[in-house]
Amino acid sequence: MADLRNNFAGIRSPNPFWLASGPPTDKAYNVERAFEAGWGGVIWKTVGEPVVNVSSRYGANAYNGTRVAGFTNIELISDRSVEINLREIKEVKKRWPDRAVVVSLMVPCEEPIWESILHQVNETGCDGVELNFGCPHGMSERGMGAAVGQVPEYVAMVTRWAKQHSRVPVIVKLTPNVNDVLFPAQAAVDGNADAVSLINTVASVIGVDLDTMSPLPEVNGKGSHGGYCGPAVKPIALRMIGDIAREFGPDLRISGIGGISTWHDAAEHIAMGAANVQVCTAAMHQGFKIVEDMIDGLSNWMDSKGYRTLDDFRGHAIPNYVRWENLDMNYEIVARIDQDACIKCGLCHIACEDTAHQAITARTNGTRRYEVIDKECVGCNLCMLVCPVENCITMERVDNGKPYTQWSEDPRNPANRVAAE
Amino acid sequence: MAEQRDIAAGRLDQAAYLAGFSIDAKVPLDQGRALIEASRCYFCYDAPCVEACPTGIDIPSFIRKISTRNTRGAALDILEPNIFGGACARVCPVEELCEEACVRDAQETKPVSIGLLQRFATDRFFETGEQPFARAPATGKKIAVVGAGPAGLAGAHRLARLGHAVTVYDAREKAGGLNEYGIAAYKVVDGFAQKEVDFILGVGGITVETGKALGKDLTLDALRRDFDAVFLAVGQAGVRAVGVSGEDIIGVEPAVDFIARLRQAADLAALPVGRRVVVIGGGNTAIDAAIQSRRLGAGDVTMVYRRGPDDMGATDHEQEFAKTDGVKIKYWAKPVRFMGTDGALTGVEFESTRITGGKIEGTGDTFVVPADMVLTAVGQMLVDDPITKNAKEPLSVVGGRIVTDGHGRTSLKGVYAGGDCVEGKDLTVQAVEDGKNAALAIDGDLRG
Ligand SMILES: Cc1cc2nc3c(=O)[nH]c(=O)nc-3n(C[C@H](O)[C@H](O)[C@H](O)COP(=O)(O)OP(=O)(O)OC[C@H]3O[C@@H](n4cnc5c(N)ncnc54)[C@H](O)[C@@H]3O)c2cc1C
Ligand SMILES: Cc1cc2nc3c(=O)[nH]c(=O)nc-3n(C[C@H](O)[C@H](O)[C@H](O)COP(=O)(O)O)c2cc1C
Ligand code: SF4
Repeated sequence: MADLRNNFAGIRSPNPFWLASGPPTDKAYNVERAFEAGWGGVIWKTVGEPVVNVSSRYGANAYNGTRVAGFTNIELISDRSVEINLREIKEVKKRWPDRAVVVSLMVPCEEPIWESILHQVNETGCDGVELNFGCPHGMSERGMGAAVGQVPEYVAMVTRWAKQHSRVPVIVKLTPNVNDVLFPAQAAVDGNADAVSLINTVASVIGVDLDTMSPLPEVNGKGSHGGYCGPAVKPIALRMIGDIAREFGPDLRISGIGGISTWHDAAEHIAMGAANVQVCTAAMHQGFKIVEDMIDGLSNWMDSKGYRTLDDFRGHAIPNYVRWENLDMNYEIVARIDQDACIKCGLCHIACEDTAHQAITARTNGTRRYEVIDKECVGCNLCMLVCPVENCITMERVDNGKPYTQWSEDPRNPANRVAAE
Repeated sequence: MAEQRDIAAGRLDQAAYLAGFSIDAKVPLDQGRALIEASRCYFCYDAPCVEACPTGIDIPSFIRKISTRNTRGAALDILEPNIFGGACARVCPVEELCEEACVRDAQETKPVSIGLLQRFATDRFFETGEQPFARAPATGKKIAVVGAGPAGLAGAHRLARLGHAVTVYDAREKAGGLNEYGIAAYKVVDGFAQKEVDFILGVGGITVETGKALGKDLTLDALRRDFDAVFLAVGQAGVRAVGVSGEDIIGVEPAVDFIARLRQAADLAALPVGRRVVVIGGGNTAIDAAIQSRRLGAGDVTMVYRRGPDDMGATDHEQEFAKTDGVKIKYWAKPVRFMGTDGALTGVEFESTRITGGKIEGTGDTFVVPADMVLTAVGQMLVDDPITKNAKEPLSVVGGRIVTDGHGRTSLKGVYAGGDCVEGKDLTVQAVEDGKNAALAIDGDLRG
């Protein structure tokens, strides 16, 4: 059976599933329930000068029957005192020695303040600290969170202070609200961070109440921007994690966060370079029990692939994560529709007809028959994606005998034409 | 000594009548369930369900509008092609119409609940009290409609919208046709049929004259003289006789008469019903009569049909529904005679049947089912006498149906027909479509 034990920059946990810093890790009560359910570790809800929160705080992007396709919050860091948080952390760690307990921190950018809080944190016996440079709302207006994460110099500076005063590994949590995540990642590396974690939430407005004309979530008729997370942000996370893994290689430990609801999502994060993963929204949506299938599903899948440990497939998608100009210009596929599986909804036809390449028939001799016209099909996948029947439309390779050719060598590239003339 | 015929009113307590007749046969969707169900629709292109709806409602479109909470838009997508969209949502046998065609049925044998979604959209819209339709400028043309059932009223509504002045005549006391006098009570609770009639007449330009029968108070010749066009939507006012001896015995009556009485009863507890009821026939009327007599308190209800379950006019769904209500269904037997003492019913003698060489025949085995009440439902038919009697020109009627050209035009110039009195499915939704089409033909012909 697969060995899910995880050693993340020296922090050990029985499995790679950690709860991300947020409401699920707000206090000892939640964290102990999470450990009972089987979670491998937690990043404690960000500790710092206590805040006051508003109500309401959350909003969801419900889509076509899915209640929480995306989630947003305008909550700040912990609203409980540093002392209470650290006392609880110490007690929980003592009771759960095999689990990872990491303390998330956010304090103003002054070394004495960081020094003082880290000395207190060192006393808790926790396994690591995570620097919250990501929160896109509320805290950034106070010169913390994303306000730090968006300025590489600050990231490097605060990371250095933390490394100097912390007895445990330092993880730098990155914000996705930047043009190029490689700059803050480089700054974390420059500051000697032991690892990075990403993504924090994406700055966003989840919706507008058309009666009150208030952005959502609404606080007495007004709304401010919040942080977006949940299933909808997974693609953003995978891309940023992949960029960092490709740039810095496997030695930089990455904790993958963003839109993980299942073992499958987790496996994708790990394949893109994450060494472990963190979950917030999915737990808030369905409770801690989801970790059972995450562990079980990941383990079964790894067995089926012959992966013994997480490192056996960590970053395995990275060699295949190339830039567009390295793709094979001569690769050709066409859509195939399984007529026996087809339920005649016509969605493939209308998608291709209205918005792609007019490559699927509608009716033949008066009856509905959806068939691909091979010479028109460009192999875009659209019909397969919209078809509601699994495996009814598949994409089939066309053997054109042409060799792998990237754009720089392609005769259709104007640059090559000029050279030839 | 012959047993006393047991027929009585008030067999149940008030709560049981309420449960049997005033509670919706199908539980309506609330907003949450409607959203979930709407999300199951794939928004098909060239959707098979649309083709399966006789009135051609753009089903994917109205369901999408429900899912975006554009309920008004959804309701109008329904009511524009089918002004009886509310009744149809309740009475259509969707399992053999739109829902049978739903691609989800092919995929997972569970179609989208189109009927319930249609009900949701129209109910919500009716709650607003809005009258969404307006009339075109008056054309100065007058049109007579005979019959205020779904066909007649759908035709009248479309004609009124197109700017014509319409007079609707009906022999009965109330407008609505079988929606008011025939459909099972539990399909149209809370006086829905009359509310719908009011909504339809709300467009204006329609005068309804009830208690006016063609053949008695009116003649076709006079209508043709006084109006620019005549639309016949008289349904099938006649009932087919079983044709065996004893049909005149007290206690034997057509199921449609029993149902009409039931639908109009102010107090169901005052309505007498037999302890043992036998219903003869295999169509929806037979099923409805059987279920409703059970629900009135009949202890023992047996439907007897001369063929097998698959040949029945009533769908599997409806046969199941009847069985759930405790109705016994006996297949393969035909009545031989009605039996009575002193002119009062005691039972029915049946002969078993079988198919030989594609033909139905008696086997010679007979048996008697004791009964206090027999309801016959072996078919309705057009009564063409009042329409054609003494007419200057004959109206072409073949096989008990007025002949039309597919657009409602009959053999007589300026005379149109639709609904149950013409060939086609005898369903509310088909009657609505016929009424709409005839109206369009009339309008086109009058404008030349
Ligand atoms: C018991 C029963 C249950 C049914 N259940 C369903 C069901 O669940 N779903 C479904 O889709 N269909 C059902 N049907 C069929 C449906 O009711 C009919 O197909 C539909 O009502 C036909 O509409 P119509 O307008 O053609 O006729 P009708 O509804 O019959 O209306 C005809 C009107 O014409 C009037 N009329 C008749 N003769 C004259 C005359 N000489 N002068 C003036 N007025 C006249 C009548 O009084 C009546 O009001 C049922 C039918 C019956 C009998
Ligand atoms: C309500 C809420 C509160 C959060 N609070 C914090 C926080 O205090 N510190 C922090 O680093 N991240 C915080 N996050 C961000 C999450 O830790 C995580 O990075 C993000 O939600 C993406 O993961 P997900 O898609 O699994 O939710 C919060 C998220 C939510 C939804
Ligand atoms: S793959 Fe794209 S181009 Fe080809 S048939 Fe499908 S939708 Fe059309």
